[in-house]
Amino acid sequence: MTDAPVGPAIQLTGVTKSFGDNEVLRGISLAVNPGDVVCLIGPSGSGKSTLLRCVNLLETPNSGEIVVNGTVVTDPEVDIDGFRRRVGLVFQHFNLFPHLTVLENCVVSQVKVLKRSRAEAVEVAERNLARVGLSDKAAARPAALSGGQQQRVAIARALSMDPELMLFDEPTSALDPETVGDVLAVMRELADAGMTMLVVTHEMGFAREVADRVVFMDGGVVVEEGPAAQVITAPQNPRTQEFLSRVLDPNHVGLDD
Amino acid sequence: MALTAAKRARLSRNIQYLILVAVVVLVASLANWGQIGHAFFNFGFVVEDSTFLPRLVQAFGNTLLYTALGFILGLAGGVFLALLKLSSVAPYRWISTLYIEVFRGLPALLVFIAFGYGIPTAFPGLRLDTYVTVMLALGLVSAAYIAETIRAGLQAVPAGQMEAARSLGMSHSRAMVTIVIPQALRIVLPPLTNEVILLTKDSSLIYLLGLTASQYELSKFGREALNGTDAGLTPLVVAGVCYLIITVPLSLLSRRFETKTARIKK
Ligand SMILES: Nc1ncnc2c1ncn2[C@@H]1O[C@H](COP(=O)(O)OP(=O)(O)OP(=O)(O)O)[C@@H](O)[C@H]1O
Ligand SMILES: [Mg+2]
Repeated sequence: MTDAPVGPAIQLTGVTKSFGDNEVLRGISLAVNPGDVVCLIGPSGSGKSTLLRCVNLLETPNSGEIVVNGTVVTDPEVDIDGFRRRVGLVFQHFNLFPHLTVLENCVVSQVKVLKRSRAEAVEVAERNLARVGLSDKAAARPAALSGGQQQRVAIARALSMDPELMLFDEPTSALDPETVGDVLAVMRELADAGMTMLVVTHEMGFAREVADRVVFMDGGVVVEEGPAAQVITAPQNPRTQEFLSRVLDPNHVGLDD
Repeated sequence: MALTAAKRARLSRNIQYLILVAVVVLVASLANWGQIGHAFFNFGFVVEDSTFLPRLVQAFGNTLLYTALGFILGLAGGVFLALLKLSSVAPYRWISTLYIEVFRGLPALLVFIAFGYGIPTAFPGLRLDTYVTVMLALGLVSAAYIAETIRAGLQAVPAGQMEAARSLGMSHSRAMVTIVIPQALRIVLPPLTNEVILLTKDSSLIYLLGLTASQYELSKFGREALNGTDAGLTPLVVAGVCYLIITVPLSLLSRRFETKTARIKK
């Protein structure tokens, strides 16, 4: 479709973002190579969601540069809508459109944004619903589905736009434990199929097994990054070690908690 | 003597019923039923005057028509004003706020007088069709109320809906039209139905615009009918019942919408 871009799929250089006096991102530099899965981990409030939202321009960085597959998205002249349709985003709380059926959730933006014919859009939507194992729910309303099913629909909805890469913001944090596995299985298949993915997650098992690289963020900076096995099983930085010991052993309670 | 809680509750309820019945009987016995029957329920003229029923039907139709005209403009104007009020452009918000405050703050009566007498005086050459004037007068007032209702509805749609739509590449206006407004309309259906009820009653002020006999709506028709007959206030009672025929079903409809949206949410 497009020429294979040379260089990283996502490249952040010195990205900063403040909300008022609150400096949330303090100069983030980060690269995600095409076909790679990068997991972003870190304590609550460290700026993971803000970083992800900056990549999709739901937040505008104060400074720094973000390049996605050759498009400088921090350029003020960039076609925001044209760029966003190339990037899939999956939210913690799914954000499905409750007034539309599952199928329509996956069809509407194909028709309205990509100007696909309805027949083609329905075909693409059905293919992606099958991919996430929810063909039988096409006619249902989102409210009739479990959380895990809703999140899989959200993934199918994003995939229906044929995105070049996918961003996930804690896709399993709002789910009942028994439905987490289905969503992670879908994400694992996506990764195996070669999708470029940037995933904010607390699922260390998923990060260890699926991610090519893991980035640990704290206080608006990247504290440590490297191959998944290294960062998760043998972290170098004391802050990473402290965070991981808390996440991997929930019964461990630090003195400052 | 020891009464159980249930017995005491039943006793207290029975006493309340007794008091209610006593009040009704007292009021009924004080009233002059002969006079009431003559003044309010004197239907002889309906048979005598064969034009009464056709004229009533026409007035009923006019009330419905005026309400519908006003509502169409009110809804379009209300959505527009609500979007202005939520705009990121400050002057748009000011204009919308000014409009809403002025038209909500003024009695509809004054606005209608302004339309009936003010516009012909201010623009002597301008001859607006009566139906256009009716639509403008009712629509401009109701737009102010509907705008506030719609604004609340738009704000009740979670911000994540707009974000999800934008993340799929929809423009702001496309996301508004396809994702946010349809959900907001569902939320505002019950209060919007109440606006229609208010509008139905406000259409009784249309007479201030000056109407010909065939343009009378129910209230004007009822008052004109007082002169021609010796039936006391009976025509007004008839007009009143006609209003209830319109508004009570709307009220029931509003309640059905409420239970329906409650079901979709859960
Ligand atoms: N729209 C906003 N306006 C003001 N402050 C914000 C906004 N969004 C985020 N913040 C602040 O930015 C900081 C980082 O938030 P962010 O959501 O990026 O953290 P996070 O790492 O995703 O945390 P969590 O694991 O809890 O999701 C927080 O202090 C938050 O209060
Ligand atoms: Mg977050």
